[in-house]
Amino acid sequence: MNKIWLSPLVLVALLVASLNVAATDEVNVYSYRQPFLVEPLFNEFTKASGIKVNVVFAKKGMAERLTREGEYSPADILLTTDISRLIELKDNGLLQSTQSAELSAAIPAQFKAADNTWYALTTRVRNIYSAKRLGKIDFNYEDLADEKYQGRICTRSGKHPYNVALVASMIAEHGEADTLTWLQKVKANLARKPQGSDRAQVQAIHQNLCDISLGNSYYFGNMLKDEKQKLWAEAVYINFPNQNNRGAHVNISGMAMAKYAPNKANALALMNFLVSAPAQKMYAETNMEYPVRPGVKPSKLVAAWGEFKADSLPLETIAKHRKAALILLDKAKFDL
Amino acid sequence: MLTGNKNTSWKFFSWFFALALMLPIVVMLLGSINASSDLFSHLWATVLPEYIRNTVILGLLVALLSFCFGVPAAALISQTNIVMGKQLRWLLMLPLAMPAYLVAYLYTDLFDYAGPVQRLLRAWFDWQSPNDYYFFDIRTIGGAAVVISLVMFPYVYMLTRTAFEQQDRNLLRASRLLGCTERQSFFQMTLPLARPAIAVSLALVTMETLADFATVQYFAVSTLTTAIYDTWLGYSDFAAANALASVLMLFILFIVVAEQRARAGQRHQSSRPNTQHQRKQLSVAQQIIGSIFCWFLVFAGFLLPVILLLVMVIDYADYQQLVALIVTGKNSIEIATYTATIATSIALILALFQRLHQSRLRMFPVQISGFGYAIPGTVLAMAMLATFGPLDHAINDVAKALGFTAPGLILSGTVFAIVFAYIVRFSAIANGTISAGIEQIPKSLDLAPASLGVTTLSAIFRVHLPLLKSSILVAWLLVFVEAMKELPAVLLLRPFNFETLSTQVYQLISDERLEQGALGAILIVLFGLLPIIILNRQKDTP
Repeated sequence: MNKIWLSPLVLVALLVASLNVAATDEVNVYSYRQPFLVEPLFNEFTKASGIKVNVVFAKKGMAERLTREGEYSPADILLTTDISRLIELKDNGLLQSTQSAELSAAIPAQFKAADNTWYALTTRVRNIYSAKRLGKIDFNYEDLADEKYQGRICTRSGKHPYNVALVASMIAEHGEADTLTWLQKVKANLARKPQGSDRAQVQAIHQNLCDISLGNSYYFGNMLKDEKQKLWAEAVYINFPNQNNRGAHVNISGMAMAKYAPNKANALALMNFLVSAPAQKMYAETNMEYPVRPGVKPSKLVAAWGEFKADSLPLETIAKHRKAALILLDKAKFDL
Repeated sequence: MLTGNKNTSWKFFSWFFALALMLPIVVMLLGSINASSDLFSHLWATVLPEYIRNTVILGLLVALLSFCFGVPAAALISQTNIVMGKQLRWLLMLPLAMPAYLVAYLYTDLFDYAGPVQRLLRAWFDWQSPNDYYFFDIRTIGGAAVVISLVMFPYVYMLTRTAFEQQDRNLLRASRLLGCTERQSFFQMTLPLARPAIAVSLALVTMETLADFATVQYFAVSTLTTAIYDTWLGYSDFAAANALASVLMLFILFIVVAEQRARAGQRHQSSRPNTQHQRKQLSVAQQIIGSIFCWFLVFAGFLLPVILLLVMVIDYADYQQLVALIVTGKNSIEIATYTATIATSIALILALFQRLHQSRLRMFPVQISGFGYAIPGTVLAMAMLATFGPLDHAINDVAKALGFTAPGLILSGTVFAIVFAYIVRFSAIANGTISAGIEQIPKSLDLAPASLGVTTLSAIFRVHLPLLKSSILVAWLLVFVEAMKELPAVLLLRPFNFETLSTQVYQLISDERLEQGALGAILIVLFGLLPIIILNRQKDTP
């Protein structure tokens, strides 16, 4: 049974091998955002500053990991999509406030925490996509419950953070009871059980399975850039809902400094870089999002979709109604 | 017990390993204590009953289908002379190398309304809308069960085939002499004798299905794991998520107990098994039909997905991608090798302990060490952090108190946590395979130490281990392949800048860019194939 004695040895060897000797000039990032989006930005940052950026990417459980790691966490910067995650991190006491002249100058007040614990980097609209065959229509989110669209609507899971945030904004506007009725009616209008991604819904419209879908704004631009998906995107209009009343629902992607950030100075340098005009321009160009920094224009393609009115609902309010939104989605059995 | 081994260090290590593997589960159970009952009653009143119903139906369907795929295939290969039987013997193992989430993605994409198959049909027959024709909906429990079974049935096939092949032909001859027809002796002798192997493999398949999240998500099927993720990531109630995971564990416990009941008293060994093959001679038509059945499984579970991937590779892959994948591939192989080696070693210690040691509670270490298979990867990852986080803190606190620089998160923030999680998760596979192998060893051989006048340890090396050689190899192989494919735990536990093939492929899939990840996916499959080929060679040269 000699092998038995080897196993603890292997583990010890593993441990020793995995002890990274800390380099001095680096910054550690926990990212909900996908690497292909942020890596070009990090490369630019390293080129300019000489600071190396280490990344872990995961969509699930980052907050939990951070909590468990506590004061020994190596994380400096957290990158998220969706406002609710930033608020969750803040509420769990995992963030610290940061301030700099660059940050104050770059980010308007509605796109950051009052206590400076988090900052938005980009905004994205929850659009309604509609088949070109329907002609141009002025949509409100409320219209998705209209009986005339029975069997014509497609969407991804209602529990996806982007849809949950939309439902939360409906609660803020109409209250819980009416939002539940709305959800039930929308569900009755679905062409199929919620499934797939935002892009898959546009594909379904292209294939005439449905006429209307919900989708974030940047997917439209990204589909147009993709050889295969271009065909799908060309079958639809991208509509900015509720333009004659409260405005379209907007969510953010954002950043925050971890409470126990070991490389604070480098982290601040990275934050300053991410809100700088060149970095904001890169966000706009590589992922077709709307930069938050005033004066930085969206990409040409995105700009071509036109100006729009955004819902002025404070981001914190969306996060506040998130749990209620989930409960309503369960009650309506939206995904079942 | 025939032998009288009372070695205490053996006992110590058996319990030590078993309890170490139980640790994250205990932490998970403890973590569920503060679960809010409000959330539970809300879930119970709304979606939970349907989730549970889906979970049960999916588990039963997958077990049934895996049985219908795996057992006939094993019988055809080991008992008959179907066309190309020799090639199919190992070809049927290939679907094991395919990650279920990958096949799910490929198949939902292929058979979806907007997918190429239905598009082609619509173009041919000039159908305009879904009302013009009927086509099965892939995104249903049935669709999920078929696809999961297509990649999981090789477990049933391999273990059952091995059991068939190791059966004592003298028994069979006896049954024939007593007047049984060939058919009767197969159904009344051969098949019942393989019951332990079939039970183990079906239990494994069902457990894997119940703990799955990524695959069922592609099929838009909500199960108990959906509820776990909703409560944790949606409602941010980690305690309730732990509680739900514990409920899932109860399901699994039920399966484990049922499986062991099914096996109880099912021991038939002969001291000198005559395993000489006498294949049933089928008619030409039967030979061809049998072969087509097996080829269908190979095609649907392996060839078709690989062809789909290869088409993408040809369209999208370039040299640069390949270079980038070398480091990634090395990480995957390293982790999988550590996991397979350690898990198999532990399984051997525990299984031999159960068989040879005189301790009264000798069966418990094997049993409790297998529970980890039931925990969804992400939940297990969280349990690892909850287990090793505090330990890391203690280490750092002590180091600082002694005036050293704090070493950082050396347990929870490194490859250690990943390998540990994998061992917890995949020990059930190693245990099941090795236990099934040990049951094939005649009890009389346990007397060897006494009759040879040597120690138990030396008898194990001279008698048991050589007889277990192929089981050890199968166990190592199965764990290695699973570890290569594993995704959710590594995703959450990995250190900075650490990618494996599966994390890389996942990231591209999650952005609907599998085309660019196809090369990585092919590499996962290729590395998964290597051990299968090695194993096959080993078998051919006894």
